[in-house]
Formats: sequence, C-alpha cells, structure tokens
Amino acid sequence: MTSNDKIIEIEVLRYRPEQDEKPFLQSFKVPFTDDQSVLQGVQYIKDYLDGSLSFRWSCRMAICGSCGMMINGVPKLSCKTFLREYYPGKITLEALKHFPIEKDLIIDLSDFINKLESIKPYIIPAAPRTLEQGEYLQTPRQLDRIAQFSSCINCMLCYAACPQYGLKPDYLGPAAITLLHRYNEDNRDAAKAERMQLLNAHEGVWGCTLVGYCSDVCPKDVDPAAAINRNKLNSTMDYFLRFVAPRGGN
Amino acid sequence: METIKADIVIVGGGGAGLRAAIAAAESDTGQSIALVSKVYPMRSHTVAAEGGAAAVTQPQDDLEYHFNDTVAGGDWLCEQDVVEYFVAHAREELVQMEHWGCPWNRKEDGHVNVRAFGGMKIERTWFAADKTGFHMLHTLFQTSIKYPLIKRFDEYFCVDIVVEDGRAQGVVVIEIATGRICFIQARAVVLATGGAARVFRENTNGGIVTGDGMALAYRQGVALRDMEFMQYHPTCMPGTGLLFTEACRGEGGYLINKDGYRFLQDYGLGPPSDEPRNKFMELGPRDRVSQAIWHEKQKGRTIDHPHGQVVHLDMRHLGEKKLRERLPQIYELAEEFMGLDPAHEPIPVLPGAHYTMGGIETDGRTATSLPGLYAVGECASVGIHGANRLGSNSLVELCVFGRVAGDEASSYAKSARNSSTATLEKKADDICNRVRGLVNNANGKERIADIRNEMAKSMEEGCGIYRNAPVMQKTCDKLEELKQRYRSINIEDKSSAWNTEWLLAIELGYLLDVAQAVACSAINRKESRGSHQRLDGYEQRDDQNYLKHTLARYNSEGPPGIEYSKVKITKSEPGIRAYGEAGEKAEAERNKKKGAAHDK
Repeated sequence: MTSNDKIIEIEVLRYRPEQDEKPFLQSFKVPFTDDQSVLQGVQYIKDYLDGSLSFRWSCRMAICGSCGMMINGVPKLSCKTFLREYYPGKITLEALKHFPIEKDLIIDLSDFINKLESIKPYIIPAAPRTLEQGEYLQTPRQLDRIAQFSSCINCMLCYAACPQYGLKPDYLGPAAITLLHRYNEDNRDAAKAERMQLLNAHEGVWGCTLVGYCSDVCPKDVDPAAAINRNKLNSTMDYFLRFVAPRGGN
Repeated sequence: METIKADIVIVGGGGAGLRAAIAAAESDTGQSIALVSKVYPMRSHTVAAEGGAAAVTQPQDDLEYHFNDTVAGGDWLCEQDVVEYFVAHAREELVQMEHWGCPWNRKEDGHVNVRAFGGMKIERTWFAADKTGFHMLHTLFQTSIKYPLIKRFDEYFCVDIVVEDGRAQGVVVIEIATGRICFIQARAVVLATGGAARVFRENTNGGIVTGDGMALAYRQGVALRDMEFMQYHPTCMPGTGLLFTEACRGEGGYLINKDGYRFLQDYGLGPPSDEPRNKFMELGPRDRVSQAIWHEKQKGRTIDHPHGQVVHLDMRHLGEKKLRERLPQIYELAEEFMGLDPAHEPIPVLPGAHYTMGGIETDGRTATSLPGLYAVGECASVGIHGANRLGSNSLVELCVFGRVAGDEASSYAKSARNSSTATLEKKADDICNRVRGLVNNANGKERIADIRNEMAKSMEEGCGIYRNAPVMQKTCDKLEELKQRYRSINIEDKSSAWNTEWLLAIELGYLLDVAQAVACSAINRKESRGSHQRLDGYEQRDDQNYLKHTLARYNSEGPPGIEYSKVKITKSEPGIRAYGEAGEKAEAERNKKKGAAHDK
C-alpha cells in the first residue's frame, strides 16, 4: 500500500504573470501510493521537481477551503481527491474556472470576499442582549434550519461550477446567497428585510438558472442550490409584501 | 517601500487575532486596527479544531472544579492566578460567541448543550458538532466584518517586528500576491500566529502552522517559555496525522489494542465501564493516553499498519445515527480518506504532534517583556496549559485572552508615541533588504524540503512521547547542522508574485529556531512532567528542582540560553496527579486535608 512503485502523469496549467503571456500546460511524472491525495502530488512537484509551482493549501482535511482546483475539468478539493482514482490515466490540473488567475493554480477570490462582506454576514438582533442575560434560546429544530447552510467552507468550487457566474460576474453566486440565507433563517437575527433588498436585485437570486451543479460539486453537502431556490420564493414574497408592509416581508 | 499607518497591528487572523481585533475595535478609542494574516482569516488553523470549548455551565459544576482540572491536568506548571481568571471568564466569552451567531449544539429546551472531554470532572465542553473551531472561526471572521476600524491585510506575510527605542512599533510584511514589501507602523503589536507542531513529522497541523510569531518574538529577545511541552494527540490518522477528535471518546468511543482489549485500564486509568466516565479510561488526559499507546507498542500489543504501529478507535457500538449527528466530520474523514465506515469498523489511529503548550512568554494580560508587544493564543504562553493542555481549553483561551490582548494593546496604544517615521522606515528598509537578499542569494545546493524533512524526523525521534538524553542530544546536534545548511539553501523561483518558495524558505527559518528552543528546553529539564517524559533516570516529577518554567533565549551564534522562572501557585499545592480510581482516591484525600484545615 505504501510502496512507491507507481508513477502518474500530472499536467498542470502554469501561469507566471511576470514571464508568461498566457497559460501553458506542463507535465510532471510523480511517484505515488494509493493513499495519496492530489494535493500530495502537487506538493511532491514543488518539493522535488519545480519549486516555482504555486498553489494554496493548509489543513489537508477538507475544512480550511484553500486547495480547490479543476481536476480533469471538475472543481474539487485536492486534499480529498486521490491520485489512484485517475491512474493509469493522467491528471490535468487547472486553476478554478471563472476566476482570474494570479499564478499557476492560485485564483483571485477578492470578488467573492467583497460579496461576502456585502451581505451583512453577522447577527443583527432586534434588541441587543447583554452577556448577563445568557444565551439566546435556539431549539435543535431551529438550529437545523441553519446548520447545513452554515457549513460552507468558502472553497469556491460552486462558483467554478456555476455557469451563470461565468457569464455574469455580478451575480452574487451560490456561497454568498447560502450565507445570506443562513443569517436570514437564524432565529437570533432580525435583519432579513435589509438582506432581501440585496437579494431582490438582479444580481441576487434571479441570476440563477437552476443548473444545480453548485450542489453537485460542494464538498461539504451544503446544497447551495436549495438555499437559492428557497430564496426565489422568499424574494417573490418579499416583492409583493413590499406593497403592504413598510420594510418588506419578514 | 510603502508605509501604512495604523494604531494597532495584529499578526494572525485565526481565533485569537480576530477576537483581539474585535475587542480593540469595540474599545471606544476609534483606533485603527491592521489585521495581517498570511492566509484569508477563515483558512487559519483554528478552523481544524474539532471537539469543543470548555466553560463551567451546569449547576453541579463549579469554577473551582475547572480550575483544579486545568492545574492538575497541567501537572502544576500552570500560572494559577491566570487559570483563575481564565475559568472565571470562559462562560461569558462563549455566550458572546453565541450572541455573534456561533451555531452551538442545543438541548431540547434551547439552551446550549455540553459534552464530556478528557481530564474534565464535569461535562462542560460547548460544541458545534465536531467542527467547533470551524464554526467559531467563521463566526469571528464574519462578525469582524461589522467593524470598519478593522482593516484586513489578507495574504500578507509577516517577516519581522520593527523595534526602536526598546518598543515594538510595527511590522514588515510581504504582500504575497505581488511580492511588494511594506512597513505597517503601529504603536502596539499583537502576535496571534498559532503554534508550531509542523516541527514534527507526524502532526495534526495545517501547513501554515510554522511558529512564525514565536520565532519573530524570540529573535527580538523575548523568551519562549516551556517549549519542551508538546502535546501528542492520541488519535490521529496514520501517515498524515489528521485528527480524530477527543470527542470520539467523549461520545463513548473505546481505544482497543490488537486483542480487542481496552488497554488504558493497565495504565492507571481504570476500571473500565461501558458508558464514558469523566476522568476515567478514554477520558483520561492526552499525555497519559498517548503514553499508554507508546507502552502498548513496546509490549507488541499494537496492530501492524503500513504507516506504523496503531491501536483502534472503536465507535461501532455508538451506531451510525449518533456518529453522523455528533461526529459528521470524523465520519467523513474515515470514509473518504481511509475508505472505512466507523459504524462498522474500528479506525486505526496513532499519536501525532498536535499542540504547542509553551510559547512566547507573557504575563496574565498577554504583555510580553518587550513593551508594545503582546502575544495571544497558541503562539503565547500565558500560563494556563502548564505541562499538558486539557482538550477544549484552547478554543476558550482564544476568546478570553484574545479579548484581553485587544483591550491591552488598545490602552497601550492610547498613551504610546511612535519614534519618528523616518527612523522606523530606515529599520524597515534594512529588514526589507535582508528578506529580499534571502531569495536573491539563495543559490546554494540545499533543498528546502530536505532540511524540513530531516528536522521533522529528528524532532520526532528526539522529542517524541518518551525522551532520553543521548537521542535529544542527537536532535540538538542535528538542528545545529540543519541551521548551518539552511544558509546555503536554493530558491529556484526568483519572481515576485506568489513566490511561495520564498515564503517556505522564510517559514523554514522560523521552524528551525523554534525546533531548537523545543529540543534544548527538553534536554535541560531533568525530570518527567506532563507531556515531557524521560526514560534515562529522570522518570519522576521533581518539584524540588523543576517546579519552574523553562525560558529559552535566542542566541544567533548557537543553541539558546536556558533559564528558569518561578511558577505562580495561589491555591493548589502540587499533589499527586492521578486519574481513574486512583484519581478519585487522591481527590478524596485532598478534600479531607482541606476539610481538616478548615476545621482548625
């Protein structure tokens, strides 16, 4: 199981902004064992074959969200994708689709960070509570409404999967809408009306054309498509309620 | 070189750094806070903490119990006044996290639920499934967005602290995406850079956990305290070291050897019972459990595995439903990384380096010996973990002392004055030239990965679960050799944008300095205490000579100088550290003595 007798070909889309006019493919031969991940494969390249290859990684256990990349055309976390699944074929690695490349496998995710910041991703309570008053009550069922949607690790796989984000970069996108939904559904929060205004805009929930690929590629089963669909209904309700209620439906 | 001005600069965007930033932003001073992190904050290694965060919560629990568990768990090397402050402020900080939206698990009535954890007398560990660190980190990160005073420098790498007039007055950082170097001038600097377990081969830590802040403070003359105390977590994935939380045992999992026998009963942790019992068996402290696994290996009672000798973490009796609900990430790790179903098969595990109990020496208010410099979280030694940390104390530490660090830095910055910007910029320029020189002049023959791997292997051999002088000496010698070889490393990549090879080289420099502090502190402590266990005639705890903190002081010419300082004892005199049945007896004895003292 751990003998290094197998060699797999890993082809990487390289792009070094200071010297390359456009990205190009470079191939490496990497010895591997059956329990090794694609991340371990690129680490081997960096350590022993080409020190200039750059990629993000940290936790190695699919929770920090750093190491997403296109693996044979599919957005995946490289730490929990295994080399054996592709052998004896070759693996092609590219930076996540729909994002500008900063270098090699590293994308510029500042657009997502701006969107995340814009949706007020924090509790805005109706009336602030003091520490002496202790915790808010939240039943297990109330927790269930947000548990799944608060499990997003911001790995960006869903944006790489989303055809709409590729066409319309202003679209808020799966992870940001999911996070917005997570706060709206939290019984401790009272700012749904504020966030719905953002969502009602064209770039909000209506950008989605129901492809659902975002949920297919999500490595944490967050199901962003479900969050988006629920908000299409919410957004419709909010639109009509706006005529009868002063701050939108809540 | 660009100069950016802030009132406070915080290095590290994990739990401690974010909590400090929020505290400073809430201080009413209107101060600007520069939050520097070499990764986006939500990537910080707090994200990987699984089990939970401890605070006295249930009516039958008491601050005194949490204090006693922590001090005895730390084998009496804790600063007891700091532990008192810690346990007293733990709950309010977790409630604060709750107000900010952390999705804690709940009881039917809507109150926060708690689970059992190793070495804790009463269940007091708040948890969010088995992703507690992940949820706390994202909650803190998202909450920090509320505060316009916090200006983030995401993916900026800190290369040095600027010290002038005997005070910390800013940091020099590399903007990773461009390679541009800038000086962030500030009147107070907070280090919150995390631990250093990457100095070991088999470890649970993310690639970013390279002791950066420890090395930076150390090189400025601040002592690293108690670095010999490295925690081995008993249940890690063979080969990669990935963590299976202690909550696996808190929820009722067993540790068994190759005969299916719950071997912990042979190591003073018994007798066994079917249901988990606090401070018994699998709920013993991490040092004792890891040591027991080591002994099982010596006795030939472990199981052969391609990545070494393992024992089994057996959770089959808990059933799939409970495992999916309480330990979903553990389920995912076992299924996806090991191809096994923990509801039907036991998980092979072995101990791996996990947590740095020691760190940058601070007082109980997070101040270091260098005015203007504060340190908090795993990079710091504020004094609550002693010789062995109890699981679920460190996530609370981030909050309790993160807040203190933010408050203290803020009030220091209010009164401090910076030296002239020109003087500081001159210093920053020198640092900039040195750091650029590293990449330009690195045309030697030594490969970064070779030095890193040799270091990690040598640390594992010399400073693992059990230690003796000859092997530790070998490790010390090896580290000296590696530091020499480090001077002729090769960096192939000479570009500026995302030159991660350059950053790896700088991190390797940090790792080597911290590793040396660990090894030299270890060889000088001639006793066994907590996670520091010797087999060469120093098998016992020696309070006469070593009820002391180790202070390692940086020496650019060779191994660090080793000094000692007093341990603060307030109300718990060092006693017998026992668990299981023996622990109950020892506790009864202590109470009897106390009762007798009261009667007098």
